[in-house]
Amino acid sequence: MSTNVVENKVCDVKPQTPWAPSNKQRFTTFGLVVAAAVISFVLVGVTPMKGKLAYFAIFFAALLILDYTFSRMQFGKAAGVDSFFRTLFTIAITITVLPVVSILWNVWLRGHKGLHWSLFTTDMKQSDFTQPVGSGGLIHAIIGTLIIIAIAVIISVPIGILTAVYLTEIKGRFSRPIAFLVQAMSGVPSIVAGLFILAAIVYPLTKHFNGFEGSIALAILMIPTVARTSEEVLRLIPEDLREAGLALGGTQWRSVALIVLPAARSGLFTAIILGVARIIGETAPIVLLTGGANVININPFSGTMESLPLYIWSGLLSGTPEAFTRAWAGILILLALVIVLFAGARYLGSKKVGK
Amino acid sequence: MAQGLDWMARGCGLEAGVGFHFSFTWSSPIGFFVLLIGVNHCPVSSTVIQTPPVIPAKREITTKPRFSDKVFRGVVTGGGLSSLIILGLILIFLSYEGFDTLKAQGIHFFTGSKWQSVTAANGHVDFKASHFGIAAMLIGTLICAFIAILFGVPIAVMSAIFLTFYAPSAIKKLAVTVIDLMAAFPSILFGLWGYFVLDPIGVYWAKLIHKYFNWIPIFQMPSGPYFDRSPFIAGLILAVMIIPIVTSISREIFAQTPLDRVQAAYALGGTKWAMIKNVAFPYARSGVVGGTMLALGRAMGETVAVYTVLNIVYQINWHVLLGAGGNVASMILLQFGDASTEEVKALMAAGLVLFALTLVVNSIANLIVNRTVKGRA
Repeated sequence: MSTNVVENKVCDVKPQTPWAPSNKQRFTTFGLVVAAAVISFVLVGVTPMKGKLAYFAIFFAALLILDYTFSRMQFGKAAGVDSFFRTLFTIAITITVLPVVSILWNVWLRGHKGLHWSLFTTDMKQSDFTQPVGSGGLIHAIIGTLIIIAIAVIISVPIGILTAVYLTEIKGRFSRPIAFLVQAMSGVPSIVAGLFILAAIVYPLTKHFNGFEGSIALAILMIPTVARTSEEVLRLIPEDLREAGLALGGTQWRSVALIVLPAARSGLFTAIILGVARIIGETAPIVLLTGGANVININPFSGTMESLPLYIWSGLLSGTPEAFTRAWAGILILLALVIVLFAGARYLGSKKVGK
Repeated sequence: MAQGLDWMARGCGLEAGVGFHFSFTWSSPIGFFVLLIGVNHCPVSSTVIQTPPVIPAKREITTKPRFSDKVFRGVVTGGGLSSLIILGLILIFLSYEGFDTLKAQGIHFFTGSKWQSVTAANGHVDFKASHFGIAAMLIGTLICAFIAILFGVPIAVMSAIFLTFYAPSAIKKLAVTVIDLMAAFPSILFGLWGYFVLDPIGVYWAKLIHKYFNWIPIFQMPSGPYFDRSPFIAGLILAVMIIPIVTSISREIFAQTPLDRVQAAYALGGTKWAMIKNVAFPYARSGVVGGTMLALGRAMGETVAVYTVLNIVYQINWHVLLGAGGNVASMILLQFGDASTEEVKALMAAGLVLFALTLVVNSIANLIVNRTVKGRA
């Protein structure tokens, strides 16, 4: 090392991280985990406690006790307590992530059996949920979902973005109450949105179920998501940009429409995508409003309409193994859509605002 | 007022005598929103500026908003008020439709538990003779939400502490992505997973609890050992659903713990746990309470996921392990299937109660969270 410094005349000292765990500490942690696993296996084998729950519970308890004892013997009481809680928090995050792993694993395990190409080419006109999985498909549900979501987007995106523009650009006297109401609106239960459309549109006006009614209910659920995410994005736009627009003699309208909104473009798309992800799996209002169908219906204003959540719901309620497999296949496709949307929002969101 | 003048001065632009000509390009994708907003100013194409030989007249400075700005502000304010309008309309329509039921049933709507519609001789539902009571459903909703908070909040808060103070950045990034994804999972997915995967596990746990703790009244089993689809299991699925919400809010709050106090705790020789206990916790406490209430609102309004893992019975049941519970939202969905148009009015009344309840809980929660978390309105 020292010769290197002399030869190159460069300071070659690496940054020091004395707080980072040393190899010895890493080895100790690893040893404790292995010991806890061994204890859990032995205890499950010897005592009458059985099952996955017993393995996990004993493993976690053993890890906590071992960690505490070990640290306390080495460094004293405060260090013992400290490492006890460190382990406890690590266990908590494990428990948080476990359901996600379980959900993804189960959806794939149970759903892939129901996947076949004719799912995307046929509807359920000729077949029933209880018939073998190979017959029929869910193209009608996919088309229905796309139409319903598209209309919901057309309704809610302008309203959501206008709300965000009001909160960030106009900052009028209603700003605080509106910000509060938007937050309150994001807590409206989805079934209430469905009942509202039922009371406001279906019974007094149309008297029939159709896809458009489902779209409005979903739009109500989507507006707060779009508004709040857009608001956050618009707040990140530097004030300089607005001032530059005004200094050039532009009106407020032009500086917002031609400078601020284009600068926030990717963030606004993130808001829209998050909103779509929020409503794409909403089931309760769809069950109340769209009626459900076995065939493709591309007219949202007349006739009942199927959608993916409703297809899954019907499969679940039909109650036969074939119907369950269909429901799991449906949820696999729905989940894939959600993950694609989520990844898209992440990608756009990671871009720098204003570029 | 001062604020208004301020924007006017900024916003109207000056009526400049010297011609400044811009050409704006309309090719940006945001043009879509521009068109939706309405007024369309034709862009002025650029022209050659010829300097006039005479001295221009004195510039007139005005704070009067131009027509386009008036329209713009009107439209945006209208859009902004939409949330108020929508919430108001929900309240009005549900009250209007539910009025008959509430009037006929009176206080019994909240104290009774029977749900039975009686058809009068003329073929219409007789709201006087029918029994519509949601006491069991309301109590069931609260029990499920309470169980969810009991299990979900400690785990979520501890996860948030781990992510804020302990996790290496790679693990943190991954875990945050996973938890955000979990928040985006549709409730039908939780419903399906709850019915097929969590329910058997929950039944096993419930049997264990019943075996060892049946000296506690709420864990007793008054009628036949029936553990399937109990409030306990509905509470578990709700716990899983609220964990991502509480985790992300708590994480936001813990991340804002003042750095100087954190460093001071370390400088005094405190361990990490001592710092969390004495600095981070007191700082974040009220925000975590707000996040918990937000989760409570979410748990009370959840429909589909609860529907699949809860057996709805129209009787108040305090025995959480018994497969007989109540839930307002799920009851609405359950009854809707074979309800006549008039019976749906009774469901509207139940929906109104649910709406009011979640609105109040959410509002209180937001007030608390907004006071704690900086950067929220």
